[in-house]
Amino acid sequence: MAISRAEVEKVSLLARLLLSEEELDKMTVQLGAILDYMDLLNEVDTNDIEPMAHPRDVTNVFRADECRPSLPREEALANAPHRDAECYLVPAVLGET
Amino acid sequence: MTHSADPPYDLVIGLEVHVQLLTESKMFCACSTKFGAPPNTQTCPVCIGMPGSLPVMNRKAFELALKAALALECEIPRMTKWDRKNYYYPDLPKGYQISQYDLPMSRHGGLVISDPKGRFETKRIGILRAHLEEDAGKSMHDEQAGKADSRIDLNRAGTPLLEIVTEPDLRSPAEAKAFLTELKLLLNYLGVSDCNMQEGSLRVDANVNLHVHTPQGPVPTPIVEVKNMNSFRAVERALAYEAQRQYEAWRETGRRLGDVPKQTRGWDESRQATFEQRSKEESSDYRYFPEPDLVPVTVTDEEVERVRASLGELPARLRARLEATYGITPYDSDVLVNQGRALVDYFVALADRCGDGKAAANWIQQDVLRTLNDRQIGIEHFPVSAEALADLIQKVRGGQLETSRGREVLAGMIETGKPADEIMAAMGIRPVDDADLRDLCRELLRANPKIVADLKGGRLKAVGGLVGQAKKRNPNVNPSRVQQLCLELIQEL
Repeated sequence: MAISRAEVEKVSLLARLLLSEEELDKMTVQLGAILDYMDLLNEVDTNDIEPMAHPRDVTNVFRADECRPSLPREEALANAPHRDAECYLVPAVLGET
Repeated sequence: MTHSADPPYDLVIGLEVHVQLLTESKMFCACSTKFGAPPNTQTCPVCIGMPGSLPVMNRKAFELALKAALALECEIPRMTKWDRKNYYYPDLPKGYQISQYDLPMSRHGGLVISDPKGRFETKRIGILRAHLEEDAGKSMHDEQAGKADSRIDLNRAGTPLLEIVTEPDLRSPAEAKAFLTELKLLLNYLGVSDCNMQEGSLRVDANVNLHVHTPQGPVPTPIVEVKNMNSFRAVERALAYEAQRQYEAWRETGRRLGDVPKQTRGWDESRQATFEQRSKEESSDYRYFPEPDLVPVTVTDEEVERVRASLGELPARLRARLEATYGITPYDSDVLVNQGRALVDYFVALADRCGDGKAAANWIQQDVLRTLNDRQIGIEHFPVSAEALADLIQKVRGGQLETSRGREVLAGMIETGKPADEIMAAMGIRPVDDADLRDLCRELLRANPKIVADLKGGRLKAVGGLVGQAKKRNPNVNPSRVQQLCLELIQEL
């Protein structure tokens, strides 16, 4: 197997996904299949190939440091499940101030 | 519980400093970075992480970062790229932060720190790397009972940050504070960041542990990351506290580096203590991967040289020049340079004009800086020009008035903005004719046979009584000239 069940559990925790026992089993198999498929790439000889940081051969795309109007607050907050007049509301984050 | 002798350990400190770059707009979108706007009024689909939105790099942010990196003597790789640092937190709308992982825009630099008071040797603190990343938003926690929710303001999300990571080269809280002070000054001179800690544009975390001296050699203790330090003084105190705490923990538990996971502790200003926050996730838990929405940035040699040439005179070199050119002490140059470029320009104009660097430094440090502090203003708003103050200093040096009266005249100049001559005239200060002064001294000698006898008997201090009387008769007399004349005239008696 390309990935262990314990690794899938860890990754699901990091991704804040609560998976059932059955789902964990299923994900282990499916993620393993994906990783096995990706392993096909290792068959390609890359010895003389320069590493690349991006699939497109483009660099230095910049914008000028100029401001443009932001979203009206009502629009920015429109999709928030919980909000007050000014802010997004989330359950209190414990253990930090 | 402080140990008077050298503590039985070396304190090892590395700092991570985040500074906000002085751009108008955010790093990857055109929202304003201005501090203090009402919550959630400076956001757009890019910085609140709407699906389908795409980031575009702010050129100015990259240039400011390049300036800072070069001033920190860093190597600039010819290619740099962006990575996603994945973690979940309510103030991070995309679920990842755009940062730089394995190919940062700069690395392997250093910053020299020194202490005019001599508490530590001048040394170079290594810079491991400096890289660009975006800031997160702000969470506000209402302490009020019954209000369980946290409020999230995303105005700050996407503001460009430069993260500067030092080598673990710092050995005391005083060195850490000196490093931060020098770094802030450097970034101010460069115009890269205003480094205002109150507004969060400079934030510091420290990694601290001890190398305890044992008969078997030095033993490293577990590394602790200290956060929540809201001033340079808080950094100094938190590090001193942490050193003592870690030494006591080591004596109690004997735990070494590697025995426990890295711990994060927060500094509590009101209790003057650090408290445990959480065990740090390992860096692989951030699952960094290349940011597919941004293309790499390449930098040419010409560009690096162009930016290097634009840095101007930086604090360390400026101090050395002031000391060499004007004969002032390292302490003086440190005070002047730490006040910023505008004050240094004022000093240079003043010293050049009055021809006495030491006097110029003294007048600035005593009268000028006190006024700036009292009025909470910068030198740009100081009501007396360098030319006008130089004129006054020359009068004092020329003996037209003594220093204490000169300071009164300066107070008048500050109050009214008028030149020294007018203030002196208004105060009734005018030069005393030397022949008149001679007459006055003769008269005083005649009237004070007791003092004359003392002087003749070799008790030269007695002349002070004559000086005092002379000043009473005419406040404009130059005391040293009175003294000189009296001692001269006594020979004639």
